[in-house]
Amino acid sequence: MSRAAVPTSDATTMPSSIDPNLIVNQRIVLWYFVASLIFVLVSMLAGLLFSLQFIQKYPLAGIEFFSPGRWRMVHTQGVAYGFIANAFLGGLHWAVPRLTLRPVLSVKLSWFIFVAWQGVLLATVVGILFGQAQALEWGETPVWIDPVAQVGLILVAINFIAPIIKAPGPLYVSIWYFIAALVWTNLVYAMGNFLPEYVVGGSAAGAIGGLFIHDLVGLFVTPIGWGLMYYFVPIILKKPIWSHGLSLVGFWGLAFFYPLNGIHHFFYSPIPMFLQYGAVIATIAVELVVTTVIINFFGTIKGRGDMLRTSMPIRWFYIGMVFYFTTCLQCAFQTTLTFQKIIHFTDWVVGHAHLVMFGVFGFWIMGMFVYLIPRLMGVSEWYRPSWNHWHFWLFGIGLFVMFIDLMIAGLIQGFSWRDLAPWEDSITASAPFWLLRTITGIMIIVGQLFFLANVWMTWATRKSAKPATEGQSNPITSPVTA
Amino acid sequence: MFESKAGVFLIAGLFFFALAFAVMGYLPIAIYQDEAEQTLEELAKEGIIPEFVELAEQFPDRFERYYGKVNYDSFANALKRGHRIYIAEGCWHCHSQFIRPVSNEDLRWGPVSHAREYQNVLQRPVLFGTRRVGPDLIREGSRKSNHWHLAHFFKPTNVVPVSVMPEYSWFFDEDDYPNADGMAILTYVQWLGSWLNEYPYWRGKGPTGPMTDDSSDAVADQTIAQASGAHLTGESP
Repeated sequence: MSRAAVPTSDATTMPSSIDPNLIVNQRIVLWYFVASLIFVLVSMLAGLLFSLQFIQKYPLAGIEFFSPGRWRMVHTQGVAYGFIANAFLGGLHWAVPRLTLRPVLSVKLSWFIFVAWQGVLLATVVGILFGQAQALEWGETPVWIDPVAQVGLILVAINFIAPIIKAPGPLYVSIWYFIAALVWTNLVYAMGNFLPEYVVGGSAAGAIGGLFIHDLVGLFVTPIGWGLMYYFVPIILKKPIWSHGLSLVGFWGLAFFYPLNGIHHFFYSPIPMFLQYGAVIATIAVELVVTTVIINFFGTIKGRGDMLRTSMPIRWFYIGMVFYFTTCLQCAFQTTLTFQKIIHFTDWVVGHAHLVMFGVFGFWIMGMFVYLIPRLMGVSEWYRPSWNHWHFWLFGIGLFVMFIDLMIAGLIQGFSWRDLAPWEDSITASAPFWLLRTITGIMIIVGQLFFLANVWMTWATRKSAKPATEGQSNPITSPVTA
Repeated sequence: MFESKAGVFLIAGLFFFALAFAVMGYLPIAIYQDEAEQTLEELAKEGIIPEFVELAEQFPDRFERYYGKVNYDSFANALKRGHRIYIAEGCWHCHSQFIRPVSNEDLRWGPVSHAREYQNVLQRPVLFGTRRVGPDLIREGSRKSNHWHLAHFFKPTNVVPVSVMPEYSWFFDEDDYPNADGMAILTYVQWLGSWLNEYPYWRGKGPTGPMTDDSSDAVADQTIAQASGAHLTGESP
């Protein structure tokens, strides 16, 4: 396999003997994307509902199943395991067979995992709403679901590792990220969900909890996200990744430094101080590594900057990367003990989390949707390309304003607390920022509705436009033009 | 090695993860391994909080129906149930449970958190929390009366007009008296911080609200003096 190769993609670069449509099960990719789109809407609405509590306008007050605290957990769990995990599983089902030129271990297994995973998600939502949450941030899934989810993740790893093992020779960058992510996700999930519940308690469990929060983002979401970027960006730009050396630095730097960051979620806690210092240094090191990856991708797009205007997926991907650099730069500062004194416990952190989850990975996933969904539906164009622009701008502006808004609110809260102002003062001062947060949330949701309408209409008009003979029998698996 | 499947799988996937876990996860576990984790029974026997006794006096019929008599068992039951509700409602997403040694937090909330305070079953998984929309609660016990808390749980804005805390009407029976859940969460919140010998120094006689203005410093000092006085004149050695 040649260095800095463009990943094997569509029929043009594929050996003529292998038809990608035979090894990629497009129907399952589309189903994962549909599930992801449903869960992102549910999560967003849950977030909006929770935000109304902050402006004292909660519409369903006094109803147990609509307890705002419970819907907050539905919001975060839905984003992590419903929106992001579903979209990534769909993306892996598209990318892994194409990169390895082999189908996944078993399509039946894929379908079983798909159904089981949606079952896990529904059980999670129902369990949380019935008051069975677990006290682990990002792991509120009720304890009785954890083992089922763990088995699901092991099956996912087996299903994707099989074609990777069979493919000969060193493999493309994306596959490094995927292999590592499949291993890490299992380890992280087991560590975070079982150790603090059954094995250790107290401050040590706090360290494990911090490691879990961090690794879930760093070792599950981040590597799959970057793996997909290394796959899609060169294909769409039709040019190779700028520097293979930097790809190596980026991957190995992330693999080494990212897992060492866990304790930076609990600075000044009873966890031993020398470990906290270690987490500071590792976090700053991550920022340096991230910079090399960003340089690599901007080196790749150099000369094709016009694609930011003409290609919606590229625009989603690269603005997401700008946000990625922003969050990581922010992280390098906010991880210092000086910043921690003020911003810890404030809305600054909430803004940071939204920029990471929606601004980076949400953007990459939306870019992937925009690129793949018409192909999966067997059409060449979106029903209304202009609706996708509405989606991008409402989503993007809404999210960026929310991020800035929460960052400022966080600073105000932090300084107000430090100055020993009455607690109520920090609430009163935050009120306008919380109102703006709700408004930006509505913007994001409206943007998302544009996209959902576009998906629906693209599907609906495709069916009516095609003759019944081909269209209705098996529309999804019909050949796709790149 | 750096591009091979085995290299990625073994070095990045397993070894780096294990290394990080050893440093960031196992090390704290090893450091605290001799610090025994208190069981619920042990926690209850450290002392039934006065607010639990008060609860039995304030709502005698209901208390008897839900918890029976005031004893270690009923106290442990209430704590356990309250802890369960605290997690189920996601209280810990808006109320942290640790006092940092910076940003004047010890002045606002009380003594800085110590690792030993978290070595018990009601901190499993640990409830440090990551966000403070509302006040930190690890020193909340005895700051306010039972009635204040009940009124606050019922409709927070009735007590604190700017509050953004949700209403928990399901903690109350149909006649608006607290039910088993209401008594449990109240007991749990009033218990927080009660294990400290030097705290709360105003229990039973000091100001009932958090220190929020300039004058409260003086009040607090006075209360400390009273509390130390009580110590010297000798209820406890």
